Parts: sequence; C-alpha cells; structure tokens
Amino acid sequence: MTTIAPEEPALEAVFDATVAADERIEPRDWMPDAYRSTLVRQIAQHAHSEIIGMQPEANWITRAPSLRRKAILMAKVQDEAGHGLYLYSAAETLGTSRDELLDKLHTGRQKYSSIFNYPTLTWADVGAIGWLVDGAAITNQVPLCRCSYGPYARAMVRICKEESFHQRQGYELLMALSRGTEAQHAMAQDAVNRWWWPSLMMFGPPDDESAHSAQSMAWKIKRHSNDELRQRFVDICVPQAEALGLTLPDPDLTWNEERGHFDFGPIDWAEFWDVLKGNGPCNEQRISRRRRAHEDGAWVREAAAAHAAKHGKADR
Amino acid sequence: MTNLTLTPALALGDDALVLSHRLGEWAGNAPVLEEEVALANIALDLLGQARILLSLAGDEDELAYLREERQFRNLQLVEQPNGDFAHTIARQLYFSVYQQLLFDHLATGGTELAPLAAKAVKETSYHRDHAEQWTLRLGDGTDESHTRMQRGLDALWRFTGELFEPVDGLDAPWAALHDEWTTRITALLERATLTLPQGPQRGAWTAGGGRQGLHTEPFGRMLAEMQHLHRSHPGASW
Amino acid sequence: MTTPRPADTPAVPAAARPTEWPLWEVFVRSRRGLSHTHAGSLHAPDAAMALRNARDLYTRRSEGVSIWVVPSTQVTASSPDEKDAFFEPAGDKPYRHPTFYEIPDGVQHL
Repeated sequence: MTTIAPEEPALEAVFDATVAADERIEPRDWMPDAYRSTLVRQIAQHAHSEIIGMQPEANWITRAPSLRRKAILMAKVQDEAGHGLYLYSAAETLGTSRDELLDKLHTGRQKYSSIFNYPTLTWADVGAIGWLVDGAAITNQVPLCRCSYGPYARAMVRICKEESFHQRQGYELLMALSRGTEAQHAMAQDAVNRWWWPSLMMFGPPDDESAHSAQSMAWKIKRHSNDELRQRFVDICVPQAEALGLTLPDPDLTWNEERGHFDFGPIDWAEFWDVLKGNGPCNEQRISRRRRAHEDGAWVREAAAAHAAKHGKADR
Repeated sequence: MTNLTLTPALALGDDALVLSHRLGEWAGNAPVLEEEVALANIALDLLGQARILLSLAGDEDELAYLREERQFRNLQLVEQPNGDFAHTIARQLYFSVYQQLLFDHLATGGTELAPLAAKAVKETSYHRDHAEQWTLRLGDGTDESHTRMQRGLDALWRFTGELFEPVDGLDAPWAALHDEWTTRITALLERATLTLPQGPQRGAWTAGGGRQGLHTEPFGRMLAEMQHLHRSHPGASW
Repeated sequence: MTTPRPADTPAVPAAARPTEWPLWEVFVRSRRGLSHTHAGSLHAPDAAMALRNARDLYTRRSEGVSIWVVPSTQVTASSPDEKDAFFEPAGDKPYRHPTFYEIPDGVQHL
C-alpha cells in the first residue's frame, strides 16, 4: 500500500481538533513534540512522586501501633508502588523507557513532588499524609482522569479509584488520635501544623508565576489552574478539620461571603523554592535511599535477565 | 494478659506475624517495582493469617505488642533479618514449602485451625511459587546470583530442623512432613543448579528453640521497634 | 514529512540497557463470560514472571479471573495514518447492522 505522508500542518490540525473535541490522543497519533515532552516530564514526575512517596510512609510500617493499622499502611505503600508502575507504563507509550526515567530521577534531572522531602516524625504524620497530602493529590488528579492523553487518563482513572481509601484511612487515623488521649491529640495537632502549609504548596506556584500552565491548559493535560485547585482544597479541608477537632495553623483562615470561598494567609514561597532546589529536610536522604535500592537490586535484575536468555522459551 | 499456654494458634500466628514484619521491611527497598508489589502481597497475606490466628489465642494487639521476647513462639527461621534478596528468598522458600505442607494437612483435619488453613493454603502455595520462581532464576542466573543464593540457603539451613519439631496440641505427621519437605527442596535446588546444604539442621544451643521462647539476638531489636509506639501509650486506642 | 513515531509500546533496544526487563502487555478477564481487556503493562524477565507480576499488580483487588500476558514487541498495531483506509470502508455498510432493516410492528422474535 502506498501512503502519502500528510504534511505537518494537516496533522497538527487533526491533533488540535481532537483535543478541542475533548477526545483522547492515543500513543500512535501524531502529536507536537512539545506536547510529547511536556507529557513525559509530567507523567514521570508523577511516577517518581509515587515511588519516592513510599519512603516517608514506609518509615512507619515497622512501628504501626496496631495490626489493623499495619495492614492498612502496608497496603497503601504497596498501592503507591503499583501507581508508580502504572504511570511509568503510561510514560513508556511516549517512547521513553522506565530505566531512562529512573536514571533521570536518580541523577536529579527529573523532579518529584517536594512534599516528600518533609520527614514523618510521628505516627500522626501517617494520618496527616493520608488526609492532607493524599487529599491534595486527589484534588489534583481527579481532573486528570479527563486529560487529553489516553494512557495517562486511563492510569489516572485506575489510580483515583484505588486511592479513594488512602485519604479516608488517614482521616480515620487522625480522628482516632484526636479523640484519644491528650498525648495522642497533641500528636495529631502537631502533625497537622507541620503538613498543612506544605500541602498547599503541592498545587504549585501561583498562576501568575507558573511556567508551563497556559500551554498545558490548552493541551488539556492540565485542566484547572494551580490557584483554583488550591482554593478548592482549602474549602474542602476547613469543615473536615473542624469535624476532626483539630485546628488548621492559619490565623487568616476566614469565610469570605462575597467570594464564597475561604480566604487564607500567605504561603511561604521562599520555602517552596528552597525545598525544590534541594534544600528540604529529606531531599538527599530520599534520593540516596532510592538510588541504593536500585543499585542493590541490579544483580537481581541481571540474574533474571540472564536466566531468561539461557532458558528462552523453555520456561514459558 | 492473655493466657500464654502454647496453643498451636499462637505458634503459627507468631510465625506469620514475624515473617510479615520482616517482609514489611522491604517496602521501598525491593530490586524492582514489580517485586515491591509481590513482596507486599505476601506480607499482607501473612499479616492476615497472623491476625486470625492470634485472635484465636487472645487479643491480637495485646499478643503482638505486649509480650516479651521470651513469650513469642515463632520459629527462629522467620525472625532472621532479611539480608540480601537471595537471603530473603531462601527464607521464603524454606518457610513456604513447610507452611504449605502443614496447612494442607491441617485443612483436612477437624481442628479449629481447619477453616483458616483451608483459606491460607491458597495464599501459601502462591508464596511457595514465588520463592521457587526466584530460586530458579537466582540459582541459574549469573555467577553472582548463584553464589548469593547458595550462601542464603546455607546460612539459614541450621534453622530448618525446627520446622518439624512437634508443636504441642498440633497433631501432624511431623517426620513425614519433613521427608516431603526435603524431597521438594532437593528437587527444586537441583533444577536451580544449587546444592542442598549439608551440615546440621539445628545449632548447638538455642537454634531450634523458638517454639519454647528461645530466640536469636536480632529478634529483640525487631520487637523493640515493633512494640515501642504501642507501649509508649498504655491503654490508648489507635 | 513525519518523523517515525513509536508504536504504542515501543521496544527498548536491548543492547543499550542489558538489564532492563522487556515490557509486557497485560489483558485481564474480569469475570467469566467477558473477554480479556487490556489492563496495562509491566516489566518482567520472562513470561512466567510476567504472569505472576500481572496477578500481583492488576488483580490485587480481585479484578480478574484470568490473565494473558503478551510481549509488547509482539503486538502489531494498525497505524492511525491509515485510519481512513482501514476503518472508513466499514462506515458505509449499514446493512451489516440490524437497525438497517424495517420490520412491520407486531412481528416478534426477529
């Protein structure tokens, strides 16, 4: 069959029309190079966040204070490995490989969410991560289920479905502490104090300073602005904190009748940029642990590959 | 405090609890993401078994968090630290083949453990399969993996005799189970180009004493970590 | 002129990364009576491990009763560039669909 290669402008028109019609772009479709590279960066960063995000929570698996909590936490950390895996797979449909992406993570050429550069100091942090960090992540992710790139959107659908328990377990954990002994209540309040502001930073810099926002919105790989999602999250959290019997550490938090939203105090963006640059409490620790796990596992991966090469189809 | 007479549920529950804890230490450290998921699945299966078994013996959290080291009845094999991936796989192999044989037997018996065993044996046969698949790949993979796998098998061999020490109150054909275990392990190791370890299946003094509450040094540290938070808040609910 | 685009699941040159395990496509039958549906992909050194990894990853919430795994490199896909030639001819053959035919009211079991 003879096919005549259509010209790029024509292809771009098809791409634009597909996105405009809210249809999905699929891996073998023509797409602008910048769309492809932006997606790879975004999906990779998301995948990296899932696997780096295992660390602060895994930090408490061996100390979980009841067997029920231990099972929940193990299942949650396992989900994060699974979610990282779904996302790396989605990125691979764009012509990259997982090894390549992991290499970029290990060498600091790709980022993960800065939130995971904060330490989990007490058991209550596991609850605060579930409630606030996963809550913020879900606020970010739910719109991505309608993202224009098919494999990413499908991965997000699966992830959002599975993550619905993550936030609830965190909230329930904090509720038990808040209603528990005085020491437990104090532990919960302390965790919320430390995680609240970093959670708000998870939505990224304010809209007027966000480098990639406009183009990503046009491509529908980002569906709402950073500030819009941040506001949505604050509005959701205020009554939830009240029900918990815990205080959000922001004296400026007040209902604004006119806007129909809660006003909140200024975010310390200097801290955000500082952590992003690598000066967070755990940046070094998280990456070196990840790198060590990867390096320690190299001989295992090699062994299985060697075994497969030796035995070929015999074992299938 | 719950009555700590050695019930079979306590012994088998402690095995599952302690091994699950050790596997939980792998979280974030596995050689590849797919293996993170696999190891966590096994750990969760075991923790589920532990919760059911300990609940037959008393309150699961009291038993897990408030007993002293000498009151735990688990096999010494399961408390051994993870070591490298091959070491963990060797521990999994020895234990899961044993556990499947034992649960297969219990599932058909008329004891209070029969329903649990019938459910758990499906999980356990998957754990055994996982360990076998990896033993084959590491044994017959690279020179390095072969060496590491053999080293793991050899190092843990002295803890395997205890698997077939009779447990009070548990009616099982221990000698026959031991023979069957040896047959299966021997056949698998041969396929994996590995050698069945020689030497005694128990050490001179403590090895083989887990069921009597005699444990190895790493176990105390493991318990200290596992129990400290729970014990720091007496009477609290979580 | 278009540059060559990767397939849905491009093969990674084996020589470049000797230890990266190949990619496998996973298909899961969610329950009896339904066909296998593409669930996603994963890496595994061989088919036996791919099947086990798929079980651990894609059915850990009881999502399946049967799994297929296929090496991603073995999937031959239609090209979106051929979309018109490939799929449009089917569009003008409405007589393949039962709604094409008019049946008088009251006639049953057709």
